[in-house]
Order: sequence, then C-alpha cells, then structure tokens
Amino acid sequence: MYPCMKLKHLEQRLQDISMFDKPKIVLEQYVTPSHLGSHMLYTIQSQYGDIEGKLVADLGSGCGALSIGAAVLNASLVTGFEIDEDAIEIFQENCQDHELTNIEVIQCDVLKDIPSRFNKAFDTVLMNPPFGTKNNAGTDMKFLDTALRLSNNVVYSLHKTSTRSFILKHTESLGVKAEVLAELHYDLPSTYKFHKKKSVDIEVDFYKFSV
Amino acid sequence: MKLLTHNMLTSKCMKGVSVGYPLAINALDVRVSEVDFNPEFIARMIPKLDWNVLYGAAESIGQLKDLPRDIIENFESNEDFLKKVHHVLMEVDIINGDLICPETGRKFPINNGIPNMLLNEDEV
Ligand SMILES: C[S@@+](CC[C@H](N)C(=O)[O-])C[C@H]1O[C@@H](n2cnc3c(N)ncnc32)[C@H](O)[C@@H]1O
Repeated sequence: MYPCMKLKHLEQRLQDISMFDKPKIVLEQYVTPSHLGSHMLYTIQSQYGDIEGKLVADLGSGCGALSIGAAVLNASLVTGFEIDEDAIEIFQENCQDHELTNIEVIQCDVLKDIPSRFNKAFDTVLMNPPFGTKNNAGTDMKFLDTALRLSNNVVYSLHKTSTRSFILKHTESLGVKAEVLAELHYDLPSTYKFHKKKSVDIEVDFYKFSV
Repeated sequence: MKLLTHNMLTSKCMKGVSVGYPLAINALDVRVSEVDFNPEFIARMIPKLDWNVLYGAAESIGQLKDLPRDIIENFESNEDFLKKVHHVLMEVDIINGDLICPETGRKFPINNGIPNMLLNEDEV
C-alpha cells in the first residue's frame, strides 16, 4: 500500500469538475464519472504508487477528470493531450478552480501529432479513450498504441469488455503485460442523443498495462 | 507551457521536417507560478533533459536567473542546484507567444498557456 488521499475526499474533488458544454459526438466527449474516476485513480496510487511524484500523461484529456484527479494526488506534473479547444477551455477553468499548478495541456491530435521525442517520456499514462464507433472503429486501440509508446512503465486505460480477447492478444504480441483490474459498468450519458434510451449501460474493463 | 514541456516538443511530425528541434520561443507573456518542489523528481528528470536546450530556452525568454551553464557533479544531492532547475523547468510558464519550427519557420501559437501543435492535413 502507498500513501494516498482518502477516497471520499478525492471523489468530492472530482465532483466539482465542470463538464463539456456541448459534447461533440464524433470526438466521443463524455466525462469519466467522479465515482468511477476516483476509484480508478485511488487504485492506481494506493495499490501501485503510480501517481505521486510521477510524470503523468492523460490522452484525450477532455475537461480534465483524470488529469485533475492525478494532479490532486500529487503527480509531479500531469500533461493532458487534447484535440478540442472548447474542451481545453473548460479544462483550464477546472484547473484554476482547483488551484492546480502541476498541470499542462497540449492541443494536438493524439493519433498524429505526438512526436517520437515523447517516447518513454512519461512514467504513467492514463486515459479514457474514445471507444470508436461505426465510423472510427478501433480508435481506442490507436490510443493504446500511442500510450504504450509514450510510457516507460505503465498505462491505465478503459476498454469495452467485448474487446477483451482482442486487446489481450494484441498486447501479448507486443510483449506488454496486461491485467484487468476491474470490470465496470459505465453509464454513457443521455447527451448522446442518437441513443434512444436516457442512458446506456456498457461494460468496460479497467486495465493496467506494464510495458 | 512549462520549459519541461518545451524540452520535449518538436515539429518532427510535419512533412519535410527532419529534426524539428529545438523549437524557438517567441514569448509575449511569461508568468511564474509556484509548484511544489520534489527534489527526487527533479533529479530523476535531469538526465532525460536536453540541458543545452533548457538553458537556451530559459535564456531566450529572460528567465535564466542563476541556472548554471552545465549540469554540476553530484547534482542528485545538491538541493540548491535542484531548486534552481525546478524553478526553470516547472515554475516558468509561457502564457502567450509562439513556438517556431527551426526548419520551416512554421509557428505554433501558445494561447492562454496552451501550445497548439495541431497540423493541417497538407502538413503531414
Ligand atoms: C471519453 S472522453 C474522456 C475525457 C476525459 N479524459 C475524462 O476522462 O473525462 C475522450 C476525449 O478524447 C478527445 N479526443 C478524441 N479524439 C482525439 C484525438 N484524435 N486526439 C486528441 N484527443 C481526442 C475528445 O475530445 C474527448 O475529450
């Protein structure tokens, strides 16, 4: 066990985060719910000590749910990578509200604009990637490949449970150790108008990948 | 944008650019904000840095303070040195300006502290 802020306090901090104003469906903009995000981050720090004092990246950082949580848990520096400037604006307001100075954001396309100088630069890479819909299937796998390239130690990520065997096979072929730390239910919000129901419950796996 | 981030950014993803490093800095607005000092972390970062690039960047924006020209011996245990590095690396923030590709002159704007590294379709 590693020192960590109380789970309850972390969750309270994450509850205060402002969300996407007008979520862009093509970019799969939804916030990691504070309950889920706080449990993820609490596990990453208390069980594995992979946040405090670390250089952390958050791919597709959105409004900052994971970045801010990692910064609150005393990452030395968290760098968010995000394509959308509207999301970045909310991200920055959230950082100011939380009075955090150990956070950076780079506006870029995670799939195209992260140069090789960043390879192995980060101790820990976090992400809740776009899962990929009909039009951009496999986006989460491309995010995962980038995450694995940027990390010198571990990647923590969420992927649909339905893709588990595929992910395990893919990472095994890369010589990466993959562990499913938890199976979760994720309530995709009703802002996703193309879904008929108010919200859709999907099953996701919370992974730890060791490079 | 902190100088630690600057030390890693390149324009190498652009078509026709072979190194794209270091990016020149045109800083219009620089702010200094306090960040918790973690000597172990700074000591761990130092071997990963391009020291010349850090020194040059700090100098070009007038934030050198008393950063030594070279990494000193036994820096791990020299708290005073680590604090100087911490300041330049983590506390100096470029709020507005541009990063400039050394090969093409392409400007990457920094607005409100965020460098925009997005490339157009025809640049990749
Ligand atoms: C599911 S959201 C997660 C947001 C945030 N990390 C969180 O946990 O609340 C995915 C994020 O990835 C961003 N995104 C999608 N495609 C991207 C790309 N190619 N490059 C960078 N960011 C991207 C979206 O704008 C969105 O903010």
